[in-house]
Amino acid sequence: MGMITMTQALNHAIDQAMAEDAGVFCLGEDVAAKQGGGVFKITSGLTEKYGENRIRATPISETAIIGAAIGAALAGQRPIAEIMLMNFVGVCMDQIVNHAAKLRFMSGGQTSVPMVIRTTTGVGVGFGGQHSDMLEAWFAHVAGIKVVTPSNAADAKGLMRASIDCNDPVIFIENILCYGLKSEDPGPGYRVPLGKAAIAREGSDVSLITYGRTVLDALAVAEELSKEGISVEVVDLRTIAPYDEATVLASVRKTGRAITLHEAVRPFGTGAEFAANIQEKCWDQLKGPVLRIGGTFSAVPFATVLEQAWIPTKPQIVEAIKASVGRA
Amino acid sequence: MAEIDRDKLRDIYTRTMKVNRTDEKFRSLLMGGKVAVMYYCVRGQELVSAAMMAALEDDDYVVCTYRGQGEQTAKGIPAEKWWAECLGRATGTCKGKGGTMHITHPEKGIMVTTGVVGSGLPIANGLAMASQNNGDGRVTVVSFGDGASNIGGFHEAMNMAQLYKLPVIFLCQNNRYGEHTAYADHTDTRSISDRAVGYGMKGVTVDGNDVHAMYGAAKDAVERARAGEGPTLIEAMCYRMMGHFFGADFSYMPPEHIAEMQAEDPLPKLRKVMLEHQFTEEELDRIVAEIDAEIDAAVESALAAPLPDPAELKLDVFEEEMA
Ligand SMILES: Cc1ncc(C[n+]2csc(CCOP(=O)(O)OP(=O)(O)O)c2C)c(N)n1
Repeated sequence: MGMITMTQALNHAIDQAMAEDAGVFCLGEDVAAKQGGGVFKITSGLTEKYGENRIRATPISETAIIGAAIGAALAGQRPIAEIMLMNFVGVCMDQIVNHAAKLRFMSGGQTSVPMVIRTTTGVGVGFGGQHSDMLEAWFAHVAGIKVVTPSNAADAKGLMRASIDCNDPVIFIENILCYGLKSEDPGPGYRVPLGKAAIAREGSDVSLITYGRTVLDALAVAEELSKEGISVEVVDLRTIAPYDEATVLASVRKTGRAITLHEAVRPFGTGAEFAANIQEKCWDQLKGPVLRIGGTFSAVPFATVLEQAWIPTKPQIVEAIKASVGRA
Repeated sequence: MAEIDRDKLRDIYTRTMKVNRTDEKFRSLLMGGKVAVMYYCVRGQELVSAAMMAALEDDDYVVCTYRGQGEQTAKGIPAEKWWAECLGRATGTCKGKGGTMHITHPEKGIMVTTGVVGSGLPIANGLAMASQNNGDGRVTVVSFGDGASNIGGFHEAMNMAQLYKLPVIFLCQNNRYGEHTAYADHTDTRSISDRAVGYGMKGVTVDGNDVHAMYGAAKDAVERARAGEGPTLIEAMCYRMMGHFFGADFSYMPPEHIAEMQAEDPLPKLRKVMLEHQFTEEELDRIVAEIDAEIDAAVESALAAPLPDPAELKLDVFEEEMA
C-alpha cells in the first residue's frame, strides 16, 4: 500500500470514518478548506468532500467547541473536535472533565458522549511555555475519558479509527514531532483496539514503559544498549488511560525491572501511577526499585539549549537503564 | 398578544401546578426532616418553565441546571422516577447516580442537568447542531439563571449559535439573584436580553409571571428555531421567592422587595386567567388534587424503593464495565 506519514494516517482515518458514517463530523478552529484545512493539515481535503456542515470551522471558543461536540454526541453523532494545541484545554476543562467524562455515569448509563478530542503538543519545536505541555495526567486522573497517543503512523491510523468508534469520549494527543513519521499504510478500516499496549521491542533485562514520542527515544536507546549486551523491552502503551495493565505487569514479571518514561513533567505524572502499581503487584519479582523519567519540573523553556535540557534525553534514559540493571 | 386556546391553557396550568406541587412537597419533606438532600426551590418561577415546556414537542431537547425541577417535571419525567432519583434510589432516572443536581431522562428530552453555572449553553448548541446536521426538526432549549450570563461559556455559545443559526433557545430565568448576589451587583446592563443584540441575535425580555407573555415568547422562539431562523434569547423576568437552596439563609433579600414581588406571584395570576377563560374553581382544584395524589404516591414508592448496589460504581464509567 506504500508509505504514509502520521499526518496522512490521521487524515485517512478521519476521511474513511466520515465516508462510512454520516454522523461523523469535525469541528475546530481553522479546520475547513477556507482556512487551509487545519493548522497541521489533518483535515485537509475533507471540506471539499463532505461540505462545511461536516467540517465546521469554529470561532476561537474552546468551551463552545467542546460543548457543541458533547451535545452532538449526546444526540447520537460522532464529533471530532480539534483543540489546536493541548495547553488550550485549560480553557475548556469544565466541559471535558465535568461533562464529557461524567455524563454517562451521572445519567446512570442513559446517555453517552462518543466524541474524540484531537489535540497536539510536543517539546522540541521552540513553542515555549504555553504551547508545549503534555497534559495527559490531567485527564488520566478523571474517570470516564480515554487518553490515547500514537507513536507511529500506522498506530495513529488504527487508534484514530478505534477512537471514533468508541462510545466514550477520547482525548487523542498528537505529538507535533511525530507528524512526519512514516509507516507502511495499514490500509482502510485498520483499527488498533483502545486499551491494548504494544511490545515495541522485546527484551529480557528491563521493561521501559512509555508512549508517544518518547517511544522513539526508548527504541533508539534499546538498540544502542543491545550492543553492550543489555536487553531492553519497550512497552508502548498507546492508550494511556485506561492502560493495558496486564501487558505492563507481564513484561515486568518477565524482566524483573521497570522504568517509566514520559515527556510530561515527572512529579505527579502517569509514571508515578504505573510505578506504584508495579510495586504493589510485582514486588516479589522486582530486582530493584521502579525508576521514573520525565520532563523537568518547570515550564517548557524557549531557548533550544534549555528546551533540550528540559526534555528527558537519551543519555538520561541510558543512565537510568544502567542504574536499573546494576551496570552504572 | 395572541390568544392561547383552552386546551393549551389547561396544559400550561397543569404543568405549572405540577412544578409548584412538586416544589411544595419537596419543601415539606425537607422541613419535616423526612429527607436530607440538596434541593433548589423554584417557588416563583413555576410558570416560566411550564410555559416553555408547553411550547415544545416530546422529542425536543432540554438542558437545565440544578434549579431544573420546573423543566424536568413540566417536560414530563414520570413523577415516580424523578422522586426516586432525588432520593438516591436504584429506581431513579439515573439509578441514584445523578441526584437532584444531575437529573437526566432522554425519553422526555431532558438530556443534561448541570451543576456548573453556564455550562449548559455550549452543550445545547451541540444538540441543536446535531438536529441541524440531521435535519430532524428538533428544537433545543437551555435554561439558566441571570448569574450565568456572566460566564464565558454564555458568550461563546451565543456567538456560535447565531453564527450557525442553530435551532436553540436560550432561556434565561432572571430570578434577580445569583446565589446571594443581586442582579444589580453582578451586571450593569439594563437587561440580559440586550446582550443578544451584541451577537446579532434576537433577544426578548418578557414577564415570566404572565402566561400570555411567557407562552407567546416561547412559542415564537420555537417557531423561529424550527423554521431555520436561528436562536432566540428569552429573558423571563421572575423572582426566586426562597433562598438559593432549601434551608439557605436569605437575609440579604430585602423583606420589602419580597413583599413587592409576592404581589407578582405567577400562581394567583394564572388562576385568574383560567377563571376568566371559564375554567371552574372545581376543575382547577381537581387538576391540583390529581397532581397531589400522583406526587404522594410517587414519594411513597420512592421511599420504599431499593438503594443502589455498590457494584454500580464499576458500571457506566465507560461503556464496558470497569475491572
Ligand atoms: C462555574 C460555577 N461557579 C460557581 C458556582 C456556585 N454557584 C452555584 S449556583 C450559583 C448562582 C447562579 O445564579 P444564576 O445563574 O442566576 O442561577 P439561579 O441559581 O438563580 O437559578 C453559584 C455561584 C457553580 N455552581 N458553578
